[in-house]
Amino acid sequence: MSETGIGASVRRTEDNRFLQGRGNFTDDINRPGQAYAYFVRSPHAHARIRGIDAAAAQACKGVVAILTGQDLEADGVGGVPCGFAPDGGPIKEPPYPALAKDRVRFVGDRVAAVIAETREAAKDAAEAMSIDYEALGAVVTLADAPKEGAPQLHDDAPGNLCFEWEIGDKDATEQAFAAAHKVVALDLVNSRLIPNAIEPRAALGEFDPGTGNYTLHTTSQNPHVVRLLMGAFVLQIPEHKLRVVSPDVGGGFGSKIPHYAEEVVVTWAAKKVGRPVKWAAERSESFLADTHGRDHVSRAELALDANGIFLALRVKTTANLGAYLSTFAPLIPTYLYGTLLGGAYRTPAIHCQVRAVFTNTAPLDALRGAGRPEATYLLERLVDVAAAETGIDRVELRRRNFIPSDAFPYQTPVALQYDSGNYASTLDKALALADAAGAEARKASAEKAGKLRGVGYSTYVECCSLAPSNIAGAIGARAGLYEAAEVRVHPTGSVTVFTGSHSHGQGHETTFAQVVAERLGVAFENVEVVHGDTDRVPFGMGTYGSRSLAVGGSAVAKAIDKIIDKGKNIAAHTLEAAEADIAFADGTFSVAGTDKELTIGEIALSAYVPHNYPLETLEPGLDESAFYDPVNFTFPFGCHICEVEIDPETGTVDIVGYTAVDDVGRIVNPMIVEGQVQGGIVHGVGQALYENCVYDPSTGQLITGSFNDYCLPRAQNLPAIQTGTQETLCPHNPLGAKGCGEAGTIASTAAVMNAVVDALAPLGIRHIEMPATPEKVWRAIRDARAA
Amino acid sequence: MYDFNYHRPRDLADAVRLRSAAEDGVFLAGGMTLIPTLRLRLASPSDVIDISGVDGLSDLEASAESVRVGALVRHATVAVSADVKKRIPALAALADGISDAQVRNRGTLGGSIANNDPAADYPAAILALGATVMTNKREIAADDYFTGLFDTALEADEIVTAARFPVAEAAAYAKFPNPASRYALVGVFVARIGGAVRVAVTGAGDQGVFRAPEMEKALAGNFAPDALNSVTVAADGLNSDLHAGAEYRAHLIGVMAKRAVAACA
Ligand SMILES: Cc1cc2nc3c(=O)[nH]c(=O)nc-3n(C[C@H](O)[C@H](O)[C@H](O)COP(=O)(O)OP(=O)(O)OC[C@H]3O[C@@H](n4cnc5c(N)ncnc54)[C@H](O)[C@@H]3O)c2cc1C
Repeated sequence: MSETGIGASVRRTEDNRFLQGRGNFTDDINRPGQAYAYFVRSPHAHARIRGIDAAAAQACKGVVAILTGQDLEADGVGGVPCGFAPDGGPIKEPPYPALAKDRVRFVGDRVAAVIAETREAAKDAAEAMSIDYEALGAVVTLADAPKEGAPQLHDDAPGNLCFEWEIGDKDATEQAFAAAHKVVALDLVNSRLIPNAIEPRAALGEFDPGTGNYTLHTTSQNPHVVRLLMGAFVLQIPEHKLRVVSPDVGGGFGSKIPHYAEEVVVTWAAKKVGRPVKWAAERSESFLADTHGRDHVSRAELALDANGIFLALRVKTTANLGAYLSTFAPLIPTYLYGTLLGGAYRTPAIHCQVRAVFTNTAPLDALRGAGRPEATYLLERLVDVAAAETGIDRVELRRRNFIPSDAFPYQTPVALQYDSGNYASTLDKALALADAAGAEARKASAEKAGKLRGVGYSTYVECCSLAPSNIAGAIGARAGLYEAAEVRVHPTGSVTVFTGSHSHGQGHETTFAQVVAERLGVAFENVEVVHGDTDRVPFGMGTYGSRSLAVGGSAVAKAIDKIIDKGKNIAAHTLEAAEADIAFADGTFSVAGTDKELTIGEIALSAYVPHNYPLETLEPGLDESAFYDPVNFTFPFGCHICEVEIDPETGTVDIVGYTAVDDVGRIVNPMIVEGQVQGGIVHGVGQALYENCVYDPSTGQLITGSFNDYCLPRAQNLPAIQTGTQETLCPHNPLGAKGCGEAGTIASTAAVMNAVVDALAPLGIRHIEMPATPEKVWRAIRDARAA
Repeated sequence: MYDFNYHRPRDLADAVRLRSAAEDGVFLAGGMTLIPTLRLRLASPSDVIDISGVDGLSDLEASAESVRVGALVRHATVAVSADVKKRIPALAALADGISDAQVRNRGTLGGSIANNDPAADYPAAILALGATVMTNKREIAADDYFTGLFDTALEADEIVTAARFPVAEAAAYAKFPNPASRYALVGVFVARIGGAVRVAVTGAGDQGVFRAPEMEKALAGNFAPDALNSVTVAADGLNSDLHAGAEYRAHLIGVMAKRAVAACA
């Protein structure tokens, strides 16, 4: 292994600029003559707009323009489209106007855009706007949304129902339940979360009247998707006249996948006012108007035989979509959720029914793991309940039901075909690393100190590297999910890689360069990775679903193969040998059995200065592009073990041990993988113990609208995380990579909650909802003791 | 932020004069509370009088009898001061437990007690230790100083110059932080001075910091955690919010009080 090739913990190239404050984020970019947009947002969760009086605002100092839904309509600007409609039943797709015209449907809904000379002037004018609202009743919770007489968000969605969806064999499941030795059931809530990327969203729109070209700089995880959706469906700007750039982006976690109305407004306004228009969210706007995540209520039932073998799983879930359909909202509680309910287990029959409803809350969409954490949390909690109620040890019950390692490829009853896996092996590694054998002794000594101690397991499987396009299309995606790459070898042998993946914290500039350095035999320092600019990179689908290395990296590998093939052809000509005799290794083309060789740099030079070159059969240049469409998803898996101590006097939960053994396939950079796993775990711990998005159930006001009330996990909340890896290569992509960005989040929430319940179980506590806050835990203990 | 006139006086008299002359003036010390309030447009003062450059407000002095903390002394300074650690270690520990390093490096004692946030930590120390609040006009006894939510005995043009804390025989502060903000969800400061016991509770009361007379009585007889077993804390008059209901806060007051007493040993 070289010091910078695949498998090396190379320090992150991008950190040089980030740590020195020299990143180039959207809000760092400023243009001459730039004006600033500020969005007037609805203070009501639900209201009719009776009138908008902008006269006073218009008269404020520094105001350039005040734009409303009426102006959008007059210019023929449409609503923000949805990019996914699940197959099966009908789905309601109510319009999602970029600026609300007649009605607002959540606190933070955009009503008008004030464009002014400065941010402060725009805010001053926004305060002077007079909007006549007629407040309507709001519906916020999943329990209330479908009720008779509940306020209705959209005229064409009676009962606030967006769609119903199901997966699996209902009859087979019912039959298995009827014949079961034992059935265990659990009602559980998957809490609502706010993503909180460190960089708030921002957008800068420009219009060049000379060329008629538009440019949008935006904080997107997928600039080409924004260009397609906004250009083709909202503003009717053809692709060749619209450039979308996502420069450095400070985290996304899914909240920067959707195409947002603010992007539409700044782009449209730039032409309208004849000046570049910049918008940058304030943190409080991020809380209100970034997409939120999760928010399910479910009933889950598991049927078992007398030996604890799982016979069938039945799940009924109600999922919150928020006030409008965000770009991929319908995908999350359907195909990214129901298909993962098989987990690591050989459950032969599964049926899952989902009702997705509208409420007067911010739209929901992907959040790290997107659907898969919901499935894993439900399943892993249910398995623990089954263990408790059958008296079978939790680890043993899991082992008995694991899909055996010789059963792959394995067809689950919920559409997926797992390509590979060895679940017992990661479980065993984790048990050893966590010293599970010593847990009882640790529990006993904690008891002496007055603490309740518990251990939780989560043996998860996830599905990533989205996605084979034919499958994506069949289930309802309105896009392909391949990835594109271009590898340009310059005349002196340095390389620029253009990738359709987008890095917003993942470190692609490092890992992709490692792949190129290794495969092309060039120095790591001589590889530059370019991403995030639709004018520079080929049509790319962006980064989410842990897909970048497995899909984007595979596209790079494919382009490299083409470079090598062409290089061989050139070498054969130059070295006067047959192409079949040319070997390529470590950056050198050589003629087998001779000392004749040429480096990739020499080949590149002759490709660009083709004096001695096979011009009759080959074009000059050494620049290849490739599109890679995965043949299957990838299926990372592993085992997470969490150990907690609870102070029964205050209810505080302390994580005292955390072990994660993950199999994410080929590891290009162990340091980066460990960072991704750690970050993912912390995200899942956040949901389990701390994070909680709360709307007032009657008024629909966001109560947790700042970090004073929305609690993110802090470094001090976690012990050192022990990570271990196992490297079973993905059998069907050229790198053998599976994906690691979400695994931690998918696994950890269940591990933590299982540990909390394990600690409380001696008191007779069977389940506790997230987040397990001190007060909630204290109450549970008090009530259990009183009972 | 709305526009305002900004002043940076060098001496106390100028600061007071500027404040009196202003239509709607406000003092600025560390800015950890005031700046966010301005940025969120929750306040629109005509004049901001930045007192952080005023001479004579930044001294920290300690003797066998008392510790005097100047109004501009930062939390971080109190936290690491060898003098404070020696004389009233509980005060240094309290300062060290305020928020994070950034806030501790900016926030000041004067700002904290002038603001009198119901979840702030310093008010508990002032009240339990029976400190004296010193201003440009007078000295105010702790029991007369805190008058309600974000309210104090200070007049509009009155500047806190320092607080004088008597050295206690025993003192400790036990804080249960709000998991999100890290302010006190409940904080209990217990002090024994000259045989008398004072207990102050912050974070919990709907009128801000308060004393707990029943606990004081119980502890005066027997300064031990178990002495508090007989005291029940009522939930009336306690705050209830997303993070803790009144009942839970009442329970935490008991737990934190015992822990503070235990820490005095
Ligand atoms: C994120 C965060 C977390 C925090 N967590 C905690 C915590 O856990 N515990 C805690 O106790 N505090 C906490 N604080 C508050 C902080 O510790 C400061 O004490 C507080 O902000 C006030 O001090 P300051 O010097 O910043 O005052 P400023 O913000 O400058 O002023 C606050 C108010 O006091 C007035 N004022 C300031 N100095 C004087 C004076 N000498 N005389 C008269 N009036 C004056 C000002 O006019 C203003 O009204 C937190 C603050 C932040 C931002």
